[in-house]
Amino acid sequence: MTAASPAALVLQIALRQGAFTMELGWSGHVSLLGLFGPSGSGKTTVLEVIAGLRHPATGRVVFGDRVLLDTAAGRWLPPRRRGVGYVPQEGALFPHLTVRDNVLYGSRRGRSRPPLDEVMTMLEIGGLVERSVAGLSGGERQRVALARALLSSPSLLLLDEPLSAVDVPRRRRIMERLTGWLARKRLPAIHVSHDASELAGADRVLVLGEGRLMAEGTPDDVL
Amino acid sequence: MTVEHIQIVVLTLAIGLGATVLMLPPGLALSWWLARSRSRLVPVVETAVALPLVLPPVATGYLLLRLLGRRGPLGAWLDTAGIEVIFTWKAVLVAMVVMGLPLLVRTARTGFEQNTRRFEQIAETLGAGPWRVFFTISLPLARRAVLAGLLLAFARALGEFGATIVVAGSLPGETRTIAVALYGYLETGRDADAVALALTSLAIALLAVWGSNRLVRESA
Repeated sequence: MTAASPAALVLQIALRQGAFTMELGWSGHVSLLGLFGPSGSGKTTVLEVIAGLRHPATGRVVFGDRVLLDTAAGRWLPPRRRGVGYVPQEGALFPHLTVRDNVLYGSRRGRSRPPLDEVMTMLEIGGLVERSVAGLSGGERQRVALARALLSSPSLLLLDEPLSAVDVPRRRRIMERLTGWLARKRLPAIHVSHDASELAGADRVLVLGEGRLMAEGTPDDVL
Repeated sequence: MTVEHIQIVVLTLAIGLGATVLMLPPGLALSWWLARSRSRLVPVVETAVALPLVLPPVATGYLLLRLLGRRGPLGAWLDTAGIEVIFTWKAVLVAMVVMGLPLLVRTARTGFEQNTRRFEQIAETLGAGPWRVFFTISLPLARRAVLAGLLLAFARALGEFGATIVVAGSLPGETRTIAVALYGYLETGRDADAVALALTSLAIALLAVWGSNRLVRESA
């Protein structure tokens, strides 16, 4: 892990897609940043812009000393060079690979990664390693996707409702463990949720509404 | 089946297999590009690739003859390199590739048109470059359609007649494939030989189409 914690993030995004428009500007330091807002407020869009999966009309995204995107300067870093671990809400596990091949897809030879067992145990999916993806439940899929992102040794983790299909007691337990793990590894993360209680552990929360920043503060201030 | 029949079937299967292997790289590249590109050239390339399906095979053979003959643009160049194509097994190979490729491209393309973009994107965020994404995500997810297309193209190649007879003739042991030999038997009244080869063709075609349909159904 090379990124210092907390790391500086600059977000300037302007885009339009159909009836949806986004005008967002924010900069600050991220260790565990919450993104809160109703469905359709643009939370996922922000993560996809940071991951490089969506191209805003104009925008600038800088993380630490890396310019990920700067439309004015004609700069766009491809997703594979961003060092960003993205966990989409639906998991998007590769359906033709086993759980093991999924979670190790992003860990390259010669680069250190956290031990497989440690991550799988933390997420309570240690018994799934040899399974095929086809038989997994929604909650299991989400946790395997989370493991896949963690094992790719990212310098920024993007979590899009990563445990929404996991039952509540287990979700709380895993979230608490994950938060501690991220802090120990000094891995900054952005956590999207529409459930305020999930973001209680965040050090800062941005509230989005209709593609705009409505409020910003600590969880106690804004949620 | 006589020794002659077996020789004809083996020759046809061997060149047919060679043609299928040869089709794979351009077939994959074309079907992937047609499925993904937003270029204005897509309809042009699409039409060009489909032409051998609708042109009379004899006309395709004639075009190949003009292209690959010693005075043809490609043939003259090959001639200086000491490579002779027309009326050799290589001409059979070329005819099979040209006639089979449209079936491979059309079938494989449906595999790449499935909604696999999301998986490719996630693979990119995990650090995979374009080649790794293609070979570990896009191709495996489209594999059934690609295999079905290969099988269809192989079957089509085995049955190739019109283009082959024009560009390769009917030389025993060199260019006399099942379809060409069958025509020869019919012309010379060798009905028993014709029946044996026709039944062999039927068996191969049935197997290939059945296999291809099965693969397509399972990939849907």
